[in-house]
Amino acid sequence: MTITEPGTQSAEDNTNAVPTPTDNLNDHKPNGFGRMLRKEDPRLVRGRGQFCDDVQVPGMLHLAILRSPMAHARIVSIDKSAAEAHPKVKAVVTGADLAEHNLAWMPTLSNDVQAVLATDKVRFQHQEVAFVVAEDRYSARDALELIDVEYEWLDPVIDVRQALAPDAPVIRDDLEGKTDNHCFDWEAGSKDDTEAVFADARENGIVVTEDIVYPRVHPAPMETCGCVADLDPVSGKLTLWSTTQAPHAHRTVYALVAGLPEHKIRIIAPDIGGGFGNKVPIYPGYVCSIVASLLIGKPVKWMEDRTENLVSTGFARDYIMRGEIAATKEGKIRAIRTEVLADHGAFNGTAAPVKYPAGFFGVFTGSYDIEAAYAHMSAVYTNKAPGGVAYACSFRITEAVYLVERMVDVLAYDLEMDPAELRLQNFIQPEQFPYESKTGWVYDSGDYEPTMRKALDMAGYAELRAEQEEKRSRGELMGIGISFFTEAVGAGPRKDMDILGLGMADGCELRVHPTGKAVVRLSVKTQGQGHETTFAQIIAQEIGIPPDDIDVVHGDTDNTPFGLGTYGSRSTPVSGAAAALVARKVRDKAQIIASGMLEASVADLEYEAGTFRVKGDPEQSVTIQDIAMRAHGAGDLPEGIEGGLEAQICYNPENLTYPFGAYICVVDVDPGTAEVKVRRFVAVDDCGTQINPMIVEGQVHGGLADGVGMALMEMISFDEEGNCLAGSLMDYLIPTAMEVPDWETGHTVTPSPHHPIGAKGIGESATVGSPPAIVNAVVDALKPYGIRHADMPLTPSRVWEAMQGNHTPPI
Amino acid sequence: MEVTMSVNGDDVSQEIEPRTLLVHFIRDHLGLTGTHWGCDTSNCGTCVVWVDDEPVKSCTTLAAMASGHDVRTVEGMEVDGVLDPVQEGFIQCHGLQCGFCTPGMMLTARALLDRNPDPTDGEIREAISGQICRCTGYSTIVRSIQWAAAKERETPVEVGAS
Amino acid sequence: MQVPAPFEYERATSVDHAIALMERLGDEARLVAGGHSLIPMMKLRLATPEYLIDINDLASELGYIRVEGDEVRIGAMTRHRELLESNDLAAVLPIFRDAEKVIADPVVRNRGTLGGSLCQADPSEDLSAVCDAIGASCVIRGRSGERVVSMHDFHRGPYETAVADGEMLTEVRVPIRPHSGSAYHKVERRAGDWAVASAGAAVTMDGDVIADGRVGLCAVGPNLTNIEPISAALSGQAPSEDLYATVGQIAADNATPSTDTRGTAAYKTHLAKELTIRSLRKAVARATGQE
Repeated sequence: MTITEPGTQSAEDNTNAVPTPTDNLNDHKPNGFGRMLRKEDPRLVRGRGQFCDDVQVPGMLHLAILRSPMAHARIVSIDKSAAEAHPKVKAVVTGADLAEHNLAWMPTLSNDVQAVLATDKVRFQHQEVAFVVAEDRYSARDALELIDVEYEWLDPVIDVRQALAPDAPVIRDDLEGKTDNHCFDWEAGSKDDTEAVFADARENGIVVTEDIVYPRVHPAPMETCGCVADLDPVSGKLTLWSTTQAPHAHRTVYALVAGLPEHKIRIIAPDIGGGFGNKVPIYPGYVCSIVASLLIGKPVKWMEDRTENLVSTGFARDYIMRGEIAATKEGKIRAIRTEVLADHGAFNGTAAPVKYPAGFFGVFTGSYDIEAAYAHMSAVYTNKAPGGVAYACSFRITEAVYLVERMVDVLAYDLEMDPAELRLQNFIQPEQFPYESKTGWVYDSGDYEPTMRKALDMAGYAELRAEQEEKRSRGELMGIGISFFTEAVGAGPRKDMDILGLGMADGCELRVHPTGKAVVRLSVKTQGQGHETTFAQIIAQEIGIPPDDIDVVHGDTDNTPFGLGTYGSRSTPVSGAAAALVARKVRDKAQIIASGMLEASVADLEYEAGTFRVKGDPEQSVTIQDIAMRAHGAGDLPEGIEGGLEAQICYNPENLTYPFGAYICVVDVDPGTAEVKVRRFVAVDDCGTQINPMIVEGQVHGGLADGVGMALMEMISFDEEGNCLAGSLMDYLIPTAMEVPDWETGHTVTPSPHHPIGAKGIGESATVGSPPAIVNAVVDALKPYGIRHADMPLTPSRVWEAMQGNHTPPI
Repeated sequence: MEVTMSVNGDDVSQEIEPRTLLVHFIRDHLGLTGTHWGCDTSNCGTCVVWVDDEPVKSCTTLAAMASGHDVRTVEGMEVDGVLDPVQEGFIQCHGLQCGFCTPGMMLTARALLDRNPDPTDGEIREAISGQICRCTGYSTIVRSIQWAAAKERETPVEVGAS
Repeated sequence: MQVPAPFEYERATSVDHAIALMERLGDEARLVAGGHSLIPMMKLRLATPEYLIDINDLASELGYIRVEGDEVRIGAMTRHRELLESNDLAAVLPIFRDAEKVIADPVVRNRGTLGGSLCQADPSEDLSAVCDAIGASCVIRGRSGERVVSMHDFHRGPYETAVADGEMLTEVRVPIRPHSGSAYHKVERRAGDWAVASAGAAVTMDGDVIADGRVGLCAVGPNLTNIEPISAALSGQAPSEDLYATVGQIAADNATPSTDTRGTAAYKTHLAKELTIRSLRKAVARATGQE
């Protein structure tokens, strides 16, 4: 880590120091929170993880999916006879075949329906049309070539701006009475109050407006999606090894879609090679595999290839936003307004709580204390892949933060104010928390200015501005970009939030074995975040059993309690709270047992780090391990206390948590070629209490790289016929080690008041906060060209086009 | 056709279709699932293994082309119960999160350190630039490799055990 | 995962053997060297050869860089990494190191070959522009013997070369002249990406003037080998920023790029000029010992 001004970092940042073979940084094992090496790593560095494609079941067959070459077309006929004649093919199934079993359509996470296999027509390029099951995966792939499908071309709707035109072809004619491509409308805040402030500002202050595109991007985890479905023909029990971030939610949805009794479904999420939201939805391939296993009576494996992953599974973003800010001439932000056109693709597969069709976009007012706000959104269907709300976005907060942080810079540009100063003078103040925003969100805690000041100090902001001025005088283009974000994560309170009717509370079970070792069972599922480590640390912190003595069980619905899964940074805010509280329940019982062992009243005992002592007589003590043996032993237990030492809980969060952070990016732009180089990136995060600072830092780093990807190179684009132009990692670019700088991270700690351990969640902060910092830096670099905005991704071509005055080039 | 090669020091010989990709041969025929695949187009580097002491992308190499050669995978990095310093470095410096790209990253890192025991951060970034990690943002991977390099400079170890 | 269609595999043990195999197996046979161009196309089933002739065993016969007298001879099986790391080559033709640093990625460079790149003839492929700029010629061998063609004649267009059925590229020859310099500049969206555009330049000085100069462009349109007006504009001129700008403009005028996800046609045209200027500037600096 490069620290430009060591004196400005507080001692606590040393938790993120770089280990060397000779220091003792990793030698101490915390019996609770603190830097600790990951329990997952010994198997993963040996190549002994078990990912979905590593699962081998005797007799397993392989499934491959035939996809549509066209974006919008009627299926005239399908001839599968040649494929069926292939000697290694066991089955060829079309949408018509599925329709016979009433399985051709499935519900999406937004109460829409999506075709498992197309029956009437295809609605996006690469939509699922048929599947083949064969003895091996090469033969399955070969047999796809033998299926003959006749299509009748239909005009596609590709440009989202044309989707609501009166003469636009109707995509969802499967929905009864549907005569247009309208998906839903949504609004937040007060339209009238906001207009009143804008009217006043137009007279007496300033109004800035900018059209901003957040292009369609894709999570593209390194492991694609897939599953092994094994439906036992005798017991009727389905075991599904699946790349899912939400095994319990999936189990319930399969019960609903396939009509299988829920106790006959077991979902196993093995090691997952990255999720980022891509592995939240249920995809047709999973359902096809289950159906195939049902039809054939054998286990069936399906693994997407990379193209299938990019062209058909949960994309992210795709918002066209008009942003407006009303402010005083002195730079007091008074109101924010936005009009959004949202592209939801062919089916509304958005994963968001039911009452929040636009996710948590309502936090677009950012970190600022304003008078009024209003948002209106129209969501539409287009002939593009369905999905939405994936890629580490905290339910659309990525879009919201990009909008407000870009707009604040637009305001700074017009007012000729320093963007850091402008932010500092508009922050919600610490004494205002809990703060209810003008769109109805209650921010739990925050102290923004110290976080911002720390980032400015770490970056050496004044020196950077001086360097920039000097460089500009020589014709060099250097930019400094700032963003300050507030997230809302940890969905969510049951009274407000559900997905398909399933409340967003999480279960947790803790059992302490007789010898004082323990097992904790979680509903959430790690995809690399280190749950096996951090959840053991949470339990350790609460009851004093060392993390290495705690087995974390997750990703298996038969062996874990119900809960809604890992996405939207919710594991620590929701299941982390559940783990802390279930441990406290065990501790309470342990204290009663200890009172019997020590022959003292419960109230006379004090607890510290796994040991109960008699107050005033510290020699009289028992450890949690002693208590565990007593709890399972033959001796007497206090009156009314059952044997055993275990507890379970279902935690219903009282509110969301609101992590925040200040990010500063420094870029250099080549004036001749328009290439952007990210020189430095400073990130100061506040996620409340940190469980394992090493893992927190890792989560931040990963999100920052995501931000570089989205800001500079990632985009799922389409041609006019709806052909996806980003169907491989040759075309869909993800940053390598060459495009990202050595991250400079720091943190402040403002605990959440309602979370049992004060933790807020960190998984998506950097993905949310970094794109505006990078774009703001590039736009700042281009200031000599009179540029106030340029749309992502800022590839060299798009930067050059912006320099020519064209901030939204054709491609 | 029959292919014969040494994999992590073991001689293997199998009858395969000529079109069998090396990554599938390693994973599906030999059951060594530590080697992963991620992209089909040789852009992500998840499938990197060694062929004759050089990292190659096994999704874009035919098993037939590797016949008669020495292949080394992540399973061959730990020798006699001792982790390669690169593996240890990845654990010590949080160089992995989901662990999917990790085997390929570590094999490339091992090859780099065999040729350049004292690389700069820039040289490390260049060496792994054909491999994508979606989790770590790369800084901790660079640190992990530097950790291994530092350890080997202090305690020279026998490397390239395949 | 994507997999190739079935094919038969043969392994050639010498150039003569490879040529004999090609003759026996006919036009449904393809040579495979590094495989990083062909195998992905086979996985997408855009290429479905019935026979694949693996020539990797020819690495000892055709993997070499020989700087001899006034010529460099490079075997077609020379890997990218060897081209990058060869100090002998960098000393006389630094353009190779410039280009190889930005061709694909280090792992791909371990396998990919000079011959494979040239024979793929992708319009975004760097080494064709390099070989064009330095006036290379290609040695093609068939059953009836060897022939030597200029890059201009070798490169017939996108994905099309002078190598006929039953023939293979065996060697690239580049003349070395005193007081020469060469350089290559590429703009890519990300490390390992194909060029948005690139330009290579080579100059030979005669005292204070450019005796001979050439520019090769990549990814800005087909058939941009041997742009005659550029050579004419450079010949006999003293190097200057004005001259580079004039020549850059000629490059831009000859470019016929199309708009795609890598960039707009206007931007690529701009790059043809900008990168030509940069390459010329550096090539002259190298030729005159200023670098």
